[in-house]
Amino acid sequence: MSEARSAIFARLRAGLARPPGSEAEAAAEVARRLAEPRPGPIPARARVAGEERVALFTRMAESVGAEVRRLPEPSAIRPAILDVLRRHNLPARIVRAADPLLDAARLEAEPLLEVRTGVPEEPDPVGLTVALAGIAETGTLLLASASARPTLLAFLPETSIVVLPTAAVVGSYEEAWAGLRGRPGFPPRSVNLITGPSRTGDIPPSIELGAHGPRRLFVLLVDSAALPGR
Amino acid sequence: MPEQPRVALFVTCLVDLFRPAIGLAAAELLEAAGCRVEVPEPQVCCGQPAFNSGDRATTEDLARQTIPALESYDYVVAPSGSCAGMLRVHFPELFDSDPGWKRRAEAVAAKSFELVAFLVDVLGFTDVPGRLEARVTYHDSCSGLRELGIKAQPRKLLGRVAGLELVEMSRPEVCCGFGGTFCVKYPEISTRMVDDKLADAEATGAELLLAGDLGCLLNMAGRAARKGSRLAVRHVAEILAGRLEEPPIAAPREKG
Amino acid sequence: MEPTSLAFRERAAAALEDPVLRTALSRLESGWQQGRARAVAALPEFELLRDAAVAIKDHVLAHLDFYLDIFERRFREAGGVVHWARDAAEARAIALEICRKAGAKTVTKSKSMVAEEIGLNAFLEANGLRVVETDLGEYIVQLAGEVPSHLVGPAVHMTRERIAELFARHHGGPPKQGSAELVAEARRVLRRRYLEAEVGITGANFLVAETGSIVTVTNEGNAELTQGLPRVHLVITGIEKVVPTVEDAFTLLRLLARSATGQEFAGYTTFLTGPARPDERDGPREMHLILLDNGRSAMVGGRFREMLRCIRCGACMNHCPVYLAAGGHAYGWVYVGPMGAVLTPQFAGLERTWTLPHASTFCGRCQEVCPVRIPLPELMRLWREEAHRRHLPPPTARYGLAAWAFLARRPALYRLATRLAVRGLGLLGRRRGRFSRLPLAAGWTATRDFPAPAGVTFHELWKARQRNRA
Repeated sequence: MSEARSAIFARLRAGLARPPGSEAEAAAEVARRLAEPRPGPIPARARVAGEERVALFTRMAESVGAEVRRLPEPSAIRPAILDVLRRHNLPARIVRAADPLLDAARLEAEPLLEVRTGVPEEPDPVGLTVALAGIAETGTLLLASASARPTLLAFLPETSIVVLPTAAVVGSYEEAWAGLRGRPGFPPRSVNLITGPSRTGDIPPSIELGAHGPRRLFVLLVDSAALPGR
Repeated sequence: MPEQPRVALFVTCLVDLFRPAIGLAAAELLEAAGCRVEVPEPQVCCGQPAFNSGDRATTEDLARQTIPALESYDYVVAPSGSCAGMLRVHFPELFDSDPGWKRRAEAVAAKSFELVAFLVDVLGFTDVPGRLEARVTYHDSCSGLRELGIKAQPRKLLGRVAGLELVEMSRPEVCCGFGGTFCVKYPEISTRMVDDKLADAEATGAELLLAGDLGCLLNMAGRAARKGSRLAVRHVAEILAGRLEEPPIAAPREKG
Repeated sequence: MEPTSLAFRERAAAALEDPVLRTALSRLESGWQQGRARAVAALPEFELLRDAAVAIKDHVLAHLDFYLDIFERRFREAGGVVHWARDAAEARAIALEICRKAGAKTVTKSKSMVAEEIGLNAFLEANGLRVVETDLGEYIVQLAGEVPSHLVGPAVHMTRERIAELFARHHGGPPKQGSAELVAEARRVLRRRYLEAEVGITGANFLVAETGSIVTVTNEGNAELTQGLPRVHLVITGIEKVVPTVEDAFTLLRLLARSATGQEFAGYTTFLTGPARPDERDGPREMHLILLDNGRSAMVGGRFREMLRCIRCGACMNHCPVYLAAGGHAYGWVYVGPMGAVLTPQFAGLERTWTLPHASTFCGRCQEVCPVRIPLPELMRLWREEAHRRHLPPPTARYGLAAWAFLARRPALYRLATRLAVRGLGLLGRRRGRFSRLPLAAGWTATRDFPAPAGVTFHELWKARQRNRA
């Protein structure tokens, strides 16, 4: 126990000046609160379901500069990616996560694409990964790190493509987080809530994209995909 | 509510010294609304200058001097949002460690009101005698707005003044830069703030700028006069009471 | 960094004449002020969220010792190392030690106000390290050798031309014209630094006790690259940042971006729980956290405890007419605007900073927009009381107040004195109706006329009126 720590705690306790005998009750209150995490007020906007929810997610994500596409099934991922790369004149080199949904896209079979699985390095131009949830409230993606899903895939390359099962779109952040509980290794080391591409307003007069994180963000919603694997 | 409420007019030190006509206008409005108005002694000052300068001791002394003068009345009314705010919000806070005085301060606070809020919210009185053909704009003094929620009431009453057209500034709620001693301690900032406020008021095309606090009005009128602005400045009570014998604040006595 | 807050008035006066600053500050008003208003209007639950946020913060602060203890345990269970620092010097020493142990030559940093508070950059640089700010605004300010002028946008006071000139000087090549080009250049240059750094230093917006997680919030994604690339991640933050659960963090996060810039949510909100797991292939191998006191523990349970609710959104300064007139540099230290006026005396001592809580009209707009309802004017007034007790403001103001107080306490004498003064001033001012000069009132009459009193006091008029009606 460090001297600094003891001194800080002593000062805290002196300042709080709890009445004698109330320590146990205070500890109990804290324990109670932590035992049952309860959400605060959740905006009504987040409480939509079904198609309305997917539409909200799409609208919110697009409003912050993400491009959202809806695909019927995993086999549509490959042509969608090729289309994105072609339209935006991007190099056909991708680093991807080792995720079953991306495996099902069979990108390696595409002669026009150079695909690697693993951790991106500079100057890999395109990163492809999967999100565990989409949050309709603000068009936010929830990504969680794992050995199969390096976090850097969504941050290092200039273009980020994120695949998301449509069934994984929820209303609120709380629902998305609740979906993580019960997975092995909870909580994940890194949980990223991503809302649009990287932006900065620090150089006037306009907001510019691609400050450090990706300049472009593409979201591929896949309808018939199962919820993301472990 | 008693038949004829006994109202203590807390006239405020600025009105007492620099524009007593506002006090008379306030009394006339209260009487027109059916109140019996008295001006109890001793009233000197609500204590804001000391309070905002950090002189807590003087503030408490003045409160202890003021509370007894006011506590026997049905209501206490002040033609100033900041002074009414002092009575209503801050007096009780002064006596957290003195239960006896705190009780008395809370009692006075509960029956203290700013003039226009009292007329509208407490008496439901809107039959103001004033009439004036003019285009006016209204500045929301900070204490009145944020401590006492005064926003709709003056506009409601001004709407009852025959001939009057009210045009809103783009930023009526932004501080005018008075802030008590702030305006003399940080005059450059204060002057910029009042210039912005006057520009906003002039842009409405109004000939008359109104507010409910004489501190704000002295600040705005003083700067307007220095700049040779066309704007005339008055307290809202003067318009509502139709008491326009006095020239506008800081206006030259001789025209020209 | 030594505070220069005593020069607030002079600096503010100079700032008012600076056309570049005026343009920059007016952009804050039209951008972030209006942004917040739009965001609030679009969220019916905003007031409910504010109430919930206040409850969360007050609960934590009343149990801060318990929550810090639990947070520390969970953070360590996740593989992190916790360091406690009583003051700036201790925090700096710990940071240097961690960098030394990591064999660091280059350190990247994402925005941390606490790092500014303790003067970390200068200290590390004096000890042979290269420190590179990655938040674009902080990077620009670093190149210019300046300090941030705003909590959220550190370089708001700069023009694009100045930034282009700075980049040209430090990066080489001709000055670029457009903001897109400049951002691309910064991205390129900073990308190299990210990859070189052995240690990445971040702040933390929140610390979650339930999971032992830290939360970072950026729009640029620089926090994720700062902590995600080097071998060692160092977090430095204040002890007041703890919240109980992730759900509590979400409540506060719903308020943060909306209050700061009017965005619904920030671009990148990241919850980090420990260093890379054994089977992970990216991420830092070590994660350290320095928890700084530096005067915060003294606030808990005291008169200024509500200030500890602050979530560093910057809404108060975006709406403060004094900040929008004076700009951030006038405040002379790390924290600016209304929140700076309350925190700076606490952290840097009232003797050198008493001007800040005095530079306010108490208009109350800051409290109105604060997402956690901090009673900022009231706290500034408490500092004024302390300054009055210690005789810090100049004697002339004190004597003036004392003279007025002497009279005010003696109503009969006050009546007499004011009657005479008003009579005299009324006579003097009768012709013009106003004074352009008044002794002892130069602060007023330099730029304003003073209306001449009517010549009688209200009390005299009232007595006459009542006599006539009787």
